Amino acid sequence: MPEQTITLDVFRYRPDEDERSTIQSYDVPYYEHWVILDALNWIKDHVDGTLSFRWSCRMGVCGSCGMMINGDPKLTCAAFLKDYFPRAIRVEPLVNFPVERDLVIVMDDFMSKLTSVKPWLIRDDTRPMEEELLQSPSQLAAYKQFSMCINCLLCYAACPELDGDPDFLGPAAIALAHRYNLDSRDQGTAERQDILGAEEGVWGCALVGECTAVCPKNVDPAGAIQQAKVAVTKDWYKRLLLPWGKR
Amino acid sequence: MSDALQHDIVIVGGGGAGLRAAIALAELDPTLSVAVVSKVYPMRSHTVAAEGGAAAVIKDNDSLDAHCYDTISGSDWLADQDAVELFVREAPKELIQLEHWGCPWNREPDGHVAVRPFGGMNIERTWFAADKTGFHMLHTLFQTLLKYDEVVRYDEWFATKLLVADGRCQGVAAIELRTGQVRCIAAKAVILSTGGAGRIFPFTTNGAIKTGDGMALAYRAGVPLKDMEFVQYHPTGLPGTGILITEAARSEGGVLLNKHGERYLSNYDLGEPLDVHDPKHPQMRSMELGPRDRLSQAFVKEHEKGNTIDSPFGDVVHLDIRHLGEKKIDKLLPFVRELATNYAGIDPVHEPIPVRPVVHYMMGGIHTDINTATPLPGLYAVGECACISINGANRLGSNSLTKLLVFGARAGKAAAQYVGGCGAISVAAIQSQAVDEQVRITALLNKTGGSERIVSLRTDMYHAMESGAGIFRDESSLKRTCETLAEVRGRLRDIQLDDRSNCFNTELIAALELENMIDIANAVAHSALARTESRGSHQRTDFPDRDDANFLKHSMAYQTDGGPPRIEYLDVVITRWPPAERVYGAKPVETAGE
Ligand SMILES: Cc1cc2nc3c(=O)[nH]c(=O)nc-3n(C[C@H](O)[C@H](O)[C@H](O)COP(=O)(O)OP(=O)(O)OC[C@H]3O[C@@H](n4cnc5c(N)ncnc54)[C@H](O)[C@@H]3O)c2cc1C
Repeated sequence: MPEQTITLDVFRYRPDEDERSTIQSYDVPYYEHWVILDALNWIKDHVDGTLSFRWSCRMGVCGSCGMMINGDPKLTCAAFLKDYFPRAIRVEPLVNFPVERDLVIVMDDFMSKLTSVKPWLIRDDTRPMEEELLQSPSQLAAYKQFSMCINCLLCYAACPELDGDPDFLGPAAIALAHRYNLDSRDQGTAERQDILGAEEGVWGCALVGECTAVCPKNVDPAGAIQQAKVAVTKDWYKRLLLPWGKR
Repeated sequence: MSDALQHDIVIVGGGGAGLRAAIALAELDPTLSVAVVSKVYPMRSHTVAAEGGAAAVIKDNDSLDAHCYDTISGSDWLADQDAVELFVREAPKELIQLEHWGCPWNREPDGHVAVRPFGGMNIERTWFAADKTGFHMLHTLFQTLLKYDEVVRYDEWFATKLLVADGRCQGVAAIELRTGQVRCIAAKAVILSTGGAGRIFPFTTNGAIKTGDGMALAYRAGVPLKDMEFVQYHPTGLPGTGILITEAARSEGGVLLNKHGERYLSNYDLGEPLDVHDPKHPQMRSMELGPRDRLSQAFVKEHEKGNTIDSPFGDVVHLDIRHLGEKKIDKLLPFVRELATNYAGIDPVHEPIPVRPVVHYMMGGIHTDINTATPLPGLYAVGECACISINGANRLGSNSLTKLLVFGARAGKAAAQYVGGCGAISVAAIQSQAVDEQVRITALLNKTGGSERIVSLRTDMYHAMESGAGIFRDESSLKRTCETLAEVRGRLRDIQLDDRSNCFNTELIAALELENMIDIANAVAHSALARTESRGSHQRTDFPDRDDANFLKHSMAYQTDGGPPRIEYLDVVITRWPPAERVYGAKPVETAGE
């Protein structure tokens, strides 16, 4: 045990026992190389086995361990104690989601939003399995950035629109839809149009840009939404002006 | 207890293997009722962490025989050659299939997929999506599965037991994390795709969820675990965390240096170093592109010679990629840069990366035949939890991701065929087993007076495995490990949980995972003790040579009542590549089979 410790003020809530949430403080050993997730695991192992949170890869790619750290959405496997020491760290579940228990949020709504944008490659034809669909490096580059989302939901916690309008599709889902629309192999833009163009689609966003600021994978969902707005509008005009379908 | 949930086929595991099986079933027959049970949301599965790539023959300079040879020689001749031939033949189709589903493979200027070399390969054949290949594969599969809304998902359900009646596997008992209820999920066939068990060791690239659950479930149902002594150490993990620095760092030209700045691999029969700026560097099957077992063993030898570098988290060597330059690193190895910067505090553009060998992959697993069927009717296994075996004594890097796809699809087909002809489900019989399971778990939850914490048992298991069953082992180290594990297994009875809640009780899950891990660790240690030879990743200092006369065989560990596992043996299938010496170091090899 090192001489120094740091305090974690942790949000606690157990639906089958607690009427309301509380904050519980834990003193944990302070190591420079520890991330907040290490501290939470130390608490769970040594002090209080009742603390619940999600985690797995602890290398910033599975997307499980997002939480509010002093009010900011972060991956706790990538947030180091040393960046907060010696002050106490407040750890809470991601906002804009219902809380299942402690630091675990309910993801059902996100999962259905994700599905609603048809995030799969849509094509009219099927190719024989011997044949690649060619794609040049620049065609790949056109959508690659938007394919990097790990569904960590930090952008949902950061989004001021979701605070007021829970039906808004949200940054990650729109960025993913846009990723497929931009893929040279995809022919499904029209099928994704209704949901993207709807009120809870791209128009739900006022371009505050918080999503892009908090994204740990530099996906730039705000950029995706901006581009998608332009695309949806163009398409709308085309539909209006060429109603006989020669789009 | 609520009524049993019923399906034709239930897949336990939502990683690459499970998702591929689910899509195969959905495409094959939309009228089949298919369910995927996963203890985490599928896109959190550890396939997400795979970095380097997936192997398949696609280029004109390559051949199926060459891929077979690399795999078989890499396996130190313990792979079943019929399985390898099938795997190699179906691999290209599966990777193209993934491409048709949208996987963002890196491309050549002409639009064809690009390939990179990997360790132990004669010819480059690893498809890649930068250095986040597993991430892209998993998300592509998961997103493709979303298309099939008839596939039912039980996300965040933890399977605890296989339900067997009339000599057939007919479902699983699983805890719904949200409610804490144990439910009976009845099915005519079960496909296990629960991933590996790297977490039985303290220092591993494997995420928290890789606790060998499916292996333990099958083992307890009487299915043997095959080749469990073969545990792959990856030569380049970050000290402290065990986070992986992909082999792709070396296939793009990275080199390993000891404390004198020497390319020390040349001292271990792995060839001669070429200058990093030589256009022929890196050479296939040579030096830094040797196989993982040999590179990890070389590290230990260097350590013994005092040539490694001190670090606060154990000795290291240096992986130097500086000569690649920032542009190439950012294009081909962006994740390596991100991980080294965040978790080792160094920018590999300017400094070498400290690395040491780290537990990475289980070559062994649930015994299956070439069609993924286990000896228990109705039970199939696929992915890292299964041992077919194409990996033998040492897996070739980038064969695993491909294996998920080839055998995932095959498992789907095999299970579909089986449920067409098997009888009805004995719902009452298995429902009553699920009730017993609920009783067992409730008892664990409500138990009082226990004195053991999860962490103390886990730490003792870690220590036993690391100290006695690591890269080099011998009889006395393994015996000690077996004894400690038996003692730890006994202490499990005294475990005490803090958490009595039914809602998302992660402490309960951790206790059940610990029990699984101890059983798996035990199978590993006993299989290692029984194999008195050295082959691939299993190196016995007291039996340093390969012994084909006695051990050209798979070991099969069967659970016994309370005692150590019973170890039996099964002959390796040899088709066209008779056992030979493993030759590395850019020496010419004859890859064509007979
Ligand atoms: C860091 C890293 C890098 C790698 N890089 C490469 C590479 O470049 N190339 C390559 O070929 N291989 C690589 N590998 C190996 C490869 O990634 C794995 O072997 C493979 O992804 C395993 O896939 P899987 O589908 O079998 O299991 P996983 O992806 O681990 O999925 C297991 C699934 O089972 C579920 N599950 C487990 N237990 C239970 C339970 N009790 N109840 C319900 N569900 C359960 C989990 O929720 C999960 O969905 C790498 C491995 C690691 C760790």
